[in-house]
Amino acid sequence: MRTWLRRQRYLLDYSLGAMARRPGKHLALLLVYTLIVFLLASVMLFTHSLQREARLVLAESPELIVQRMVAGRHDLIPGEHLERIAGIRGVQGSYGRLWGYFYDPAVRANYTLLVPPNDAPAAGEIRIGTALARTRGLAIGDYLSLRAASGEPFAWRVAGLIASDSELVSADLVLMAEEDFRRFFAIAPGLYTDLVLNVRNPREVQTVAEKVSLALPDSRPILREEILRTYDAVFGWRQGVVFVLLAGAILAFAIFAWDRASGLSGEERREIGILKAIGWETGDVLRMKLWEGAVLSLTAFLLGYLLAYGHVFYASAALFEPVLKGWAVLYPAFNPVPFVDGLQVATLFFFTVFPYTAATLVPIWSAAITDPDSVMR
Amino acid sequence: MIELEEVRKAFNQGRPNELWAVRGVSLTLPLKGLHVLKGPSGSGKTTLLAMIGCLSRPTAGRIRLDGRLISNLPERFMTEVRRATFGFVFQQFNLIRGLSVLDNVMLPAYPLAPNAGELRRRALALLDRFGIAARAGHKAEWLSGGEAQRAAVCRAMINDPRILIADEPTANLDSQRSQELLAVLGELVAMGKTVLVSSHDPLVFGSAGVSHLVELHDGRLVGAA
Amino acid sequence: MPPKPPPARAARALPRSGRFLLAIGLALLAFAATFADAALRSRAEAPRIAARAELVGALGLTDLSLFTEARYTRHPSQADLHSAFQDHPLALEHFPTGSLVPPMVPGAPR
Repeated sequence: MRTWLRRQRYLLDYSLGAMARRPGKHLALLLVYTLIVFLLASVMLFTHSLQREARLVLAESPELIVQRMVAGRHDLIPGEHLERIAGIRGVQGSYGRLWGYFYDPAVRANYTLLVPPNDAPAAGEIRIGTALARTRGLAIGDYLSLRAASGEPFAWRVAGLIASDSELVSADLVLMAEEDFRRFFAIAPGLYTDLVLNVRNPREVQTVAEKVSLALPDSRPILREEILRTYDAVFGWRQGVVFVLLAGAILAFAIFAWDRASGLSGEERREIGILKAIGWETGDVLRMKLWEGAVLSLTAFLLGYLLAYGHVFYASAALFEPVLKGWAVLYPAFNPVPFVDGLQVATLFFFTVFPYTAATLVPIWSAAITDPDSVMR
Repeated sequence: MIELEEVRKAFNQGRPNELWAVRGVSLTLPLKGLHVLKGPSGSGKTTLLAMIGCLSRPTAGRIRLDGRLISNLPERFMTEVRRATFGFVFQQFNLIRGLSVLDNVMLPAYPLAPNAGELRRRALALLDRFGIAARAGHKAEWLSGGEAQRAAVCRAMINDPRILIADEPTANLDSQRSQELLAVLGELVAMGKTVLVSSHDPLVFGSAGVSHLVELHDGRLVGAA
Repeated sequence: MPPKPPPARAARALPRSGRFLLAIGLALLAFAATFADAALRSRAEAPRIAARAELVGALGLTDLSLFTEARYTRHPSQADLHSAFQDHPLALEHFPTGSLVPPMVPGAPR
């Protein structure tokens, strides 16, 4: 056993020496491979963290939301509809929600204006999310002025800021009083954006939703479970940008493997011939080359993963910000929580290290089995 | 005692460029001493040496060492026998560029995985014995022809083999270095080793230290002396 | 005569394999440390996550405010298959984050 270990160390020694003799090529390979692992691991860690957090945070979303559809479009819903469905068995509470979007041309940002069901600000006052405050340079006591669709300007005093470490859910929120909201958007009293039903028993929600659909044929119920599932699918590998990234990684790996498999230089061939001639078996040569592959892929994996971990959980995935921001102006400042799925990491390891290590054997196979007397001819 | 029985070797058998390098050589060589295979290039000396040293297998015939069959062994056994019994010095030296002399000398021992400190000591002792200890840390490509030759001898001796095989050792040396090399080979014989040399250099086969001379021509023996 | 060789290097204290194994060992330690770090920090964050969840419940929110580009990206759970195209006929390619957020099809398996 000790001899076996010592032998592996000798072979490893030779491998490292052989790689050090062509430093440029191997460094370049390592760099590119590390970069790929870094990108993949970053996406993996970031996505998982966000999905876990979304599940946890949105667990308090309303159990059932009822939207009204007119000609296939989302339309305002009359408050009387509430009476028709509030009586359904299982519904503990209900209220109408008032919320809407506003595009602010001054900073080219979209805001979400919302009337909170409890503890709404006083008339003429608003509470805003800290990302909004940052973008517009607003502090408590300042005034936010927006122009309504009618052309009339409205101004409200910033009475408070929503907690800054909840920017992930409140980045663009403007909380205001109901009368202010209705006047600004010219929405008549009795009309709401959508209706909320509180159903305590999760197993009854589906039944209630069905009854709502029957009672209100023009409605579209949205269950909390569907809200949570939305975020399970975000950044899914079938989606645009992520798909391109994955395809790129696979392509890069194929290029590596092709480079490895496209044969050895004359110098490398000669070296292997010499090794065979001085007493190395085919198995020794192969093992030595396996070490080469293992060294490179293991190093790339560890480096790439460590960098990715630091990038996502200590640098808030700064490199992804432009992608996630898109054309938006507002972007929440938040630190992804380090939820790590060991299985995902293990999968990444498996697919990083083993295929590449195995691929290093392909080009040298024919060289390794040459007759040892080839150097004499 | 090395015995060869009707040994033949063909290259590219069955193909249009088939070549019979050795065509039926039967030979008995005693151990200990300096034996020279003499003959022009193309006479099959190198091929014969390769077969004796378990570097390749004869197409036909048998080779025995001390009564034990060493031809036609499976690869693993061939390599084991070769490692334990034979050391090779090639015509082109075949040192690995980019590696230090010391590393080159230690290389054949890697698969045997001896203790690292002990291997290093053994290697340095060999380098010292053959007068190139000062070059231990230098890269192999920086050596002169004579030094490289001696480094190749050290490498061949690292596993302490009984038999050293040298293929055209003076081909790339001037006469002074050739004399030095013959002295080295003489030393090895004095140590009790068997040295087999192939050469068409009169300096080698005319040398006083030669105990056995075998002449080859066109893959066949001409005469044994 | 070959050119003058460079001065010989002194014998290395630790062979290459030793240095490499040491480096990899350190990297593996760091790797293990990330899991420990993840476990510790995620536990430490739990109260803040709970606070966010409470805010979501108090305000009746349904989405993370990550993608404020367009309506259907801002509230993906409230949007349906067609709301993307209400924003723009080529909406799904028009807004970059639309490629990160698939349209929600209620009841359909994901």
